[in-house]
Order: sequence, then structure tokens, then C-alpha cells
Amino acid sequence: MPGFRKRSIRRWNPPQHSFSNMEIPYTISARPDTGLWNAKLGIWLFLASEVMLFGGLFSGYVFLRLGSAPGYWPHGLLNVPVGSMNTAILILSSVTVVMAWASLKMRQFTRYQIYMAITIICGIIFLAVKLAYEWPQKFVHFGAYIKPAVAEKYEDYLGNKHLIEKGLEPRYEITGHLHEIEINRADADPAELDTLIKARGLEVVKTEDEGKVLTLKVHSPSDAVALRDVLGVISNPDEPNPAKRTRKAHGVKIEAFELALDEINANPTSPENERPRFIPRSLSEKTATIHMEDIDGDGQAWSSFEPRHSSYFAVYFTITGLHGLHVLAGVLVFCYYMLPVSTRLYRQNPEHLANRVEVAGLFWHFVDLVWIFVFPIFYLL
Amino acid sequence: MDSSHDPHPATQDGAHDHHDVSKHVKGYLLVGALLLVFTGLTVFLSYVNFGSSKANIIVAMIVATIKASMVAAIFMHLNSEKWTIYRFLLLTVFFVIGLFVLSLLAFHDPIRY
Repeated sequence: MPGFRKRSIRRWNPPQHSFSNMEIPYTISARPDTGLWNAKLGIWLFLASEVMLFGGLFSGYVFLRLGSAPGYWPHGLLNVPVGSMNTAILILSSVTVVMAWASLKMRQFTRYQIYMAITIICGIIFLAVKLAYEWPQKFVHFGAYIKPAVAEKYEDYLGNKHLIEKGLEPRYEITGHLHEIEINRADADPAELDTLIKARGLEVVKTEDEGKVLTLKVHSPSDAVALRDVLGVISNPDEPNPAKRTRKAHGVKIEAFELALDEINANPTSPENERPRFIPRSLSEKTATIHMEDIDGDGQAWSSFEPRHSSYFAVYFTITGLHGLHVLAGVLVFCYYMLPVSTRLYRQNPEHLANRVEVAGLFWHFVDLVWIFVFPIFYLL
Repeated sequence: MDSSHDPHPATQDGAHDHHDVSKHVKGYLLVGALLLVFTGLTVFLSYVNFGSSKANIIVAMIVATIKASMVAAIFMHLNSEKWTIYRFLLLTVFFVIGLFVLSLLAFHDPIRY
């Protein structure tokens, strides 16, 4: 093979090239030993490692899900129409990126640019929907897990008798939008607490017990977290070590939450609420008060829909976050292929640009492929 | 360097000639449309009661696997790739299955029982 010989000599003779314009061999012709141009082999090796990365996370998902007790794997908390739309956008972008590559192969540069631009726009829409709509919606939604031992007190919102009769999984979580919280400010640093209330624009609705117990209107669960974290000085006169007689600790005790209930907790026995449905349920008019002593995990099992909420949201944010980073990386690479530097490459060597687009396209299809599994396991099942 | 001056620049990887590509374009559009249809199907089937949530999961995973295979075979050209790539991927599939088996082993605890 004369071609092989010539190239291998060039490859093993670096002084012929300065590093600044070193030519990478086999960008468009196949290497005789692998039968592939180099980048193609490279991207597949990279995708193989990506399969292992996402495979590890998906197997983590399986592990967590199989290990969750009945009633503790949430269903129907994500917006299915929005997720379906994002799936369709990603599929569309997969079609346009392969069309962009095909256009280059057929030497239709303008069409290539149009298809590439659509791909980039699709990627940006996907990310925007995720970051500006889906995730922020979760951060203002509130949920609290009730201790199974006292779940009966909240039967009106959980409907477990009905669910068990029907052979369905019980419910232990009450979800909705947090409107008010009742706090005991006894040990809180008064100045710090008042500053916080003002800074967050919270409204004091009611004061009881000589101003010790406050009911506050809050905007989101993050207000409740901030209130809980207000420090106070806790003193313990019995402590033998004088240095330890006073210490800083959470000075505010949350007594109760009042929330506008999600439809599913407002009518828990309605047959319509037995299974998740396509159209997201709206918030109901009903409200409920949940007392801190009834909340699971020593009163810790309440939060917005964030990673600490549950294994479900932890693995949801991890996988969709990593997937989103991949979408972002793809968009950046595609943008590079729209720059003048790529136009110049096309004029010099169109096949080289086509191969670059093919490699980035392979990565993009892989990202789409991951989403094909992410969508059902988080949104639907 | 063999570049655009080469009369047959794309034939060396064997898979895609210029004419070949134009023939495939319709196929890409068809697969795209099929993927959208299958997405609708996934959503629809998830609201059909197959008797247990396990059955629903199996159905959804079958549909997702069909979709993924279409993407891999047509968009990623795995239907006509070089053996070098298949070899790597077979190895990857083997190790991914290993990963999932590890997770399942945690529940069956074969060392203790």
C-alpha cells in the first residue's frame, strides 16, 4: 500500500512540521489499520466512555427506585406536555443535524448553514425550557412527607384507605404551594430576624404569645429555609464548661406550614387522581395546615422540589443536569461550525468540514438517545 | 494532501458517496417522523393501564429501545459501520450490562444467601 507508507513516514517525522501548523493525519481518508479516519474512531471511543458515564447514573436510578419503599417514589410531579415538547425539539434537531451533514456531503453550503442554524436554535430552546421554566417551577413547589404513624390525621389529603382498598400504593407526601408558615422566634436574634423579614418582603399576618409566635406570609419554600436558618443564642446554664454555656444555633422553630394543596391532595380519593395524567393538574382552592411534629425525618422531610427532596429529585437533577451540559457543549461546537473559520475550511476542503460535522452530529445523536430514556423514566413512569 | 481536488474524496471510508447521501436523505426524514410518532406512542401508552406499574415500565422501555435503535442505526450510521467500531461498542455493552447487574446484585445479596 503506497499511500500507507507515505503517510507513516510523515507521521513519524515530526521536525518537518512546526507545532503551530502541524497537520493532523487522516482527517478525511481512512487509516489503513483501523479502516477509519481518526476523528471517527476518536468520537466513538469517547461515546463509549459516555455510555459508561450515563450507564452508571441510570443503574443508580434503578438501584434507588428498586430500594424505595411503597409510596416514596413520586409520580406525576413533572410537566409531561412540556417534556414531550422538549423531546420533539431534540428529535427535530437530530434530523436537522444529519441533514446539515448530508448537505455538506452534497456540497450545498447554504442549506448546510440553514440546517445548522435550526439545530442550534433547537438546542437553545431545549435548554431555555429546562432552565427558565421547568427547573424554576420545581424550586417553588413544596412537599412534606408525613410520618406514617400519624398519617391518619391527614387522611383527608392522603386518601390512603381508598388507595389501599384499590390495591394502589399509599401516599405519604402532601404537596402544593407554600403560603404561610408559623414560627416560634423565641431564641432568634431579633435584629437578624427582622432584617430577614424585611429583606425578603415577608408579611407578618398574626402574632401570638406576646410576639413569640408569628405567622408569616411567604413567597416560596426558600423563605421558610431562610427563616429556619436564622441564628440565635442558645444558653445552657448547667453546662460545666463556661465557654460552652452559650452557643449559636437555629433560633427559629417552625411550628406549622400552610399550603395551597395540589389537586391530588385536595381530592385524594377521586378516581381521576389515582394515576398520573397528561395535562398537569392545577393548584386547588383548598389549603391545609401541616404541623411540624407530624413531618417525617424528625421534622426534616420538607422542601421544595430540589435534590434534597427525595432520591427521585436527586437523580432527576443529576441526570437532566448532566444531559443539559451535553446539550450546551453540542450547541457550542455547532456554533463554532458556523464561524468564518469553518467557512474557510469548507472552501479549502469541504470533506474535512463534513467529517467534523459528522463527528459532532454523532455526539448530538447520542445526547438525543440519552434523552429518549430520560423522558419516560422521569416524566412518565 | 488528498482534499477536495480528489475526484472521489468520500469513497475511502466506503460508506457514503455523494449519490449515496442524497439517497439517504428521505430515510432521515422518515426516521425523524417515526421518532416523533413513537414519542407520542410512549406518552399515550404510559397512561394505559397494563395491570401493574412493572408492565408499564417494560412497555415504555421497549418503545424507548426501538427509538434508540433507530437513532443509532440510521442517524449514527451504525447499520453500516466498520468492525473496529462494533468491537468497541460490544465491549461497552458488555460493561454496561455489568453495571446494571451490580445494582441488581445489591438486592439479591448472593454472598449472604
